[in-house]
Formats: sequence, C-alpha cells, structure tokens
Amino acid sequence: MAVDFDTILRKYKQGRREYLIPILQEIQADSGFLSEEAIVKVGSHLGLSTTKIYGLATFYDQFRFIPLGKVHVRICHGTSCFMNGSQALIDKFREELKISPGQTTRNGNFSYEVVPCMGGCYHGPVIIINGEHRVHVRPEQVPDLIRKLKYIID
Amino acid sequence: MEDLKTFLTRKVLLFESDTLSPETEKVLQQVRRDKTNVPVINVSSNTSSIIAGSERTFQAVKAYINENEQSAHAIRVGCSGPVNYEPVVCIQMPGKNKLYFRNITEEKVDTLLNGVFHNDINEEDLLGQSGTKGFEYWPGILFMDELPFFALQKRIILGNCGCYDPESIEEYIARGGYRTYVKTIRHYTFEEVCDIIERSGLRGRSGGGYLTGLKWKQALNASSNARYLICNAKESDPGSFSDRTILESDPHHLIEGMAIASYAIGASNAILYLKSGSDHARNMLQKAIDTARDYGIFGHNIFSSGYNLDITIKTEPGAFVCGEETALINSLEGKRGMPKLKPPYPTTSGLEGKPTVINNVETLMNVPLIMQNGPEWFRTIGTETSPGTKVFAIAGRGRMSGVVEVEMGTSLKTILEEIVDGIKDGKEFKAIQLGGASGSFITSENIDTPVDFDAMKQKGFGMGAGGFIVVDESTCMVDMVRYYMEFMRNESCGKCIPCREGTGRMLEILESVIKKPSSEDSGTTLERFKGVMQLETISTVMKDASLCGLGQTAPNPFVSALKNFREEFEEHIFDRKCRANVCRGLRSFSIDIEKCTGCTVCAGKCPVNAIYGTRLQPFFIVEDKCIGCGICYDVCKFSAVIVK
Repeated sequence: MAVDFDTILRKYKQGRREYLIPILQEIQADSGFLSEEAIVKVGSHLGLSTTKIYGLATFYDQFRFIPLGKVHVRICHGTSCFMNGSQALIDKFREELKISPGQTTRNGNFSYEVVPCMGGCYHGPVIIINGEHRVHVRPEQVPDLIRKLKYIID
Repeated sequence: MEDLKTFLTRKVLLFESDTLSPETEKVLQQVRRDKTNVPVINVSSNTSSIIAGSERTFQAVKAYINENEQSAHAIRVGCSGPVNYEPVVCIQMPGKNKLYFRNITEEKVDTLLNGVFHNDINEEDLLGQSGTKGFEYWPGILFMDELPFFALQKRIILGNCGCYDPESIEEYIARGGYRTYVKTIRHYTFEEVCDIIERSGLRGRSGGGYLTGLKWKQALNASSNARYLICNAKESDPGSFSDRTILESDPHHLIEGMAIASYAIGASNAILYLKSGSDHARNMLQKAIDTARDYGIFGHNIFSSGYNLDITIKTEPGAFVCGEETALINSLEGKRGMPKLKPPYPTTSGLEGKPTVINNVETLMNVPLIMQNGPEWFRTIGTETSPGTKVFAIAGRGRMSGVVEVEMGTSLKTILEEIVDGIKDGKEFKAIQLGGASGSFITSENIDTPVDFDAMKQKGFGMGAGGFIVVDESTCMVDMVRYYMEFMRNESCGKCIPCREGTGRMLEILESVIKKPSSEDSGTTLERFKGVMQLETISTVMKDASLCGLGQTAPNPFVSALKNFREEFEEHIFDRKCRANVCRGLRSFSIDIEKCTGCTVCAGKCPVNAIYGTRLQPFFIVEDKCIGCGICYDVCKFSAVIVK
C-alpha cells in the first residue's frame, strides 16, 4: 500500500494546530494505522514535536499504531450488547486469537477491537467483520467463524 | 433537475406569503409523492436497519421490481422508530393508503410483494396502514398511529423520520423545510430570534436543562468579531442511538436548526461534531450540506440577506469526555480532549477564544419548529417548566425497542408499560437505567416520576442524552455497575485525580466482589470487606472534587444501585452468590447424577479439564478447578448441569 502522505498534507496547507486531528484521521482512514513515518511527517508539517503528536494520538481511542489484520473485527460493547453477553464474546475472541483488543495477530491475519455502541441495540451482540454486520453472535459460534475466515484468507 | 431547483427556490423558499399558491402545492404533492400513479416501496435504511439487513432487502426489492413490476419505485427512507421491527418496508399502491410490514428480510421480499400486488396480504408481517383523506382505506387493518407504540408518542421532532428520502432536499423542501430558515434570515433580527427561543422556554436537552435562548443571548451579547455554533452530535453513551437515528433519517431538519441557531447568535461558522464510526450518518449529513449549499441555502450573502454561513463536519477522534463542552473545544483545537475550568464559559470564550454556543442535536431539532409555529405553540406542549418533548432511545429487555418521543410530563411508567409494552419473555422488571453511563437506576418505586427536568432533578435523576435501558431480573446489578465503572475508568481523561484514581479504585473493588479469589483465606476476604466499605466514601469524594461532569457523575450508577439493590450487593459480598447467575466467579456448577447420560460432551468442551468421568456413567465437576465459564451448562443437551 503506497501511502502518499504529501497529498493529504497538501490539503492542509496552512499548518495550523487545529488540523492535527483531521490529518491524523485521514492518514488512518487511508492506511489503517499511524506509522512512525507518518507521525514524523505530520510533525514537521505542523511544526509540532513528535512526542506531542504521539501523546495526543494515544489519548484518543480512534488511533492505532499497528496495521490492521486482513480480517478486522469490531465488537460492540454498548450496554445492550453487554446485557446480551458481549463480554463473553470478547473473552472468546481473546482466547481464540490469543491477542488483546487493538492488537493484530503475528501473521497479520486477524485484529479486533471493542467499540462503545454501534446502534444495533436490539440485535446484540453485534459484530462487524470487515464492514459486514453480524447479529446475535454467540460465543460458541466464534471458533467456527474464525475457522471460516481463515479459510477465506488462505 | 435544474428546473425543479429554480422552481423550489423561487416559488417555495422565496415565496413571501405563508400559504403557497394551489399550482405550487400541486407540484409539491408530486415531489412529496402524496399521490402516486405507480407503486412506491419504501425500505427503512439507517444504521439499526442496516444491521438488521435492510440493504439486502432493498436489493431484493429492486431485483423484484426489475423482473415483475417495472413501473414501481423503490426508495430508501429513514427509520420511523421501532427497531425490533426492522427492516420495515412500506408499500404505497396508487390511490391507496400506505401499508407497513415488519421484519422483511431479503427472503421474504418476493412473497410479500407478490401478495401485495395481487391483493393477498400476508397478515403475519403486517404492522398497519397510514394515510390521509382521499385515499382508499384497507379494511380491517389497524392504523399505524393506533398502535400502542405510536399512540402515546408525540412526534414533533421525529415527525419526518421514516417518511421521506433523507438524501433528497427537494422532498424536504416540499415538506415545508428551509422555508422557516429563509423567513428567519430575511425578516428577523438576531435579537428577535433569541427572544422567540427564550420565550418558548426551550431547555437544552443534554442534561443540564439550561435555557437555550438565554445561552444564545449570552453569546450574542459578548463582543467579538467572530462567533461559533457547535452542534454536539457526539452521542457516545453506550446504548443510546437517538441522535444517530435523527441524523440519518432527517439530516436536513437538523441542518436547518443549526442554520437558524447560527443566525441567532450571529455566527458565520457552524461545526457539526460527529461521533467517530458513524459513517452512514456522516455520508447523509455531508450530502445534505452539499445539496443545501448547491441550493444557495448556505454560503456567501444567502438569498441577498447579507448573512454568510458555512457548516463543516468534524469527526471526533474517540473519547467519551469530549462530550463535555470545554473538552470538545480542546479537541477541535487539535489538543487533548481534556476539560478546562469553568468559568469562563464557552459562551464568552470558547473555540479560539471566541464566543461559542454548543447545543445538542435534539435541542436544535426543536428550533425550526418553534420558529415556524411560534413560542406559544411550543409552550402548549409539555409541562410548565419543561415545554416540549423528549426523545428516548429504548433498549434492553423491553418488548419494544427503538426511538420514541414523548411529551414532557409523561410518566416513565407509561413509557415502560404502554409504549415498550412490558418486559420480554415474561421476566420480572428490575429497573430502568436512564441517562447513559452516568445515569441512575429507577426502580418500580419511582417509576411514576414524570419526564420533566425539575421533577427528575428533585429525585436526583438525570435524563442525560436520553438512553433508556430496561433491566430485568436476568441482569446482575453488581456486574452492570462494574460494566459502567469499567467504561468510565477507560474514558476518564486523567486530568484530575479524584476521577482518574477514583474510577480505577472503584472498579478494582467491584471486580474483587464479583471475581473468584485465588484463595479464600482470611486475608483476601478482609481486603474485600475493607474495599467495599470505602466505595461510598470514594463516590462522595469524586462527586465533590472532580473537575467535570464525567467524574462528578461517574459514581451515579453505583450510588443508585446500592440504594435500591443493597441486598444484592450484600449477597455478593457475604454469601458469594449472584442471583441472576451472571457473575462467573461466583457460579458453581455440578452435575445431576440422575440426568447425566455420560455423553462426554461437557468434558470435551471444558477449557480447564475440570470434568471427569467414564463414558456412559454420570460425570462430576471438580469445583476447585472450575472457573465458572458455563460452557458445560450451555452444551449439555440433557440439562444435567446445575448452576448454583
């Protein structure tokens, strides 16, 4: 994936501080994560130290610093999904993939994250696999699901 | 369509009189699709229906039309409210009332459409009909507004939701949209608009209940060369989705509200602060803003009134605390979203040090209606001190779920029993969790409380952003409180110590209550008791000493749960038991010798190998090894596993 930071930075010519978050958001939307290179580039464009940018990016939940997996799963953990057992679902994913939310497996196949509320409260627990919704997911379905996804990746 | 655009601008938006000419009305009727010559099929399409599969339904409808009924139209509309009926499909046959069908998944589409086109309606999926005079009535079918879910609502804000295509500005204008805005900027001064809103008694819907008109006046009277209006659409409470539904189903209405509010405070820049991850809402709003700009509704010197306005969308980068006004401004300035000390309030020194008004989505939705119908009309709705309506996002264990709008003064009991229609699966009601992660639990004791800012405040409840979660007996209160505390711990920004440390400590203590200790010796038990005794002190300190609303209200769920469900906490602490059988650490499993057939399924699934036995003989569970995961309970086909 050839990411052209300059095209993004060119959109924000006046290097003002308030553009920092939109720039980071755009880079993340483009490449899926914030690389060291990206942070250094943004820093020199806006005249901010990289530590400041890193500090800000770690403060917000949205930014991640490792690439997404080929399959990225987002698990809803809103109140309604929680009442329907999303905690057990998250534990199951942790157990099956052996990674914590926000991490990516070593082979770069899977990553998952926990999100507050996706708005599908009646259909909980809801997960999104690469943009596709799945509703009423039970923890016991997870191993099968992961096996199927592995098959698709291969 | 260029000619429709000029027509709508000249004959509708810029038309001086309030009543339009009959010829114009005729065209508008066409645009609104009030009278159709061809069948029109509306498929609801917002986040909750997309999750339920409405996009596939829509494609199936399109495929059917292509194959069988080429003349028919298929349109994506917003959500009308009941989420458990999604995807909702509404069919309007020429000259007849609209028919609504529920839960139409893609495989049901063919049978449904075949039925309707050949006058053989499937009663099972039928929800009801709606229509006005001059249409043929379907005999024996209930009207939508007679359904209990709709009958007790007063839908003024949600009036348009689910009725029109949110992507079409033409349809919104044909429904009377943007006319109020154009009238306002041409005929009223800034002060007059503020005055009208103040007289209407509209209060901010985000929790505090501050008079909106007063807030605007403060910003207007602060001397400055620039002012800002920010619409806070960052609805990040877990379990509330009402703003999102509004944004996706009626984006133009919100934009009109923002535009009027910006005019009232003399701001030429308005910012819509949107939640991260709501891409559908963002697309809808971006489209709405672009088409409105194309119509000349925003921009430079709007309709020769001398007023300039630009609306931009900013997406928040994911922090709950950014719902707080000063933290929100910080994040817009490209800093960490940490709250600042107030005063100075944002109305005098906000974004870039300029006067800034921050309003919630629901508040701004009321503005065009007040400007259109007058403050006196608004005062007739709701109660003396809290006029208007309140939108709730109902989720949890109720029979119905979705976005509802009730008149202020309606009791919570009415909402629960009539609109939500009680609890699912005949379970017993436990509490309503009102106001999101920092709200409180309301039990049957206080359920008669009316929806009203002052009445709620008196009893110590907050309505917050309108999250309304129905809790039944199958939910463990201690676990739920722990969940909220975990959320708060993760979201605490870390600026002030009471909140940062308090949420962490409270979570630790609550976790020790529900977890199985590694060894139940006197030391750990004592530690647990000591911790539990500190919970109340910590929550008082947090309430008094935290900097912003997040810390001050973070202990709310705990305080109200302890007040109402003390015995449940005590059971967890002393008897090590969980009534609802939710807390894993406190569950113990055993196998019923009579029922066990020795099929070995449970032994194979047990993650810690705690189940022993020989094939075709009853098995047993070693309690010391058991981690209480409950997998054996779920997999047993003979219900031989017993939970204690």
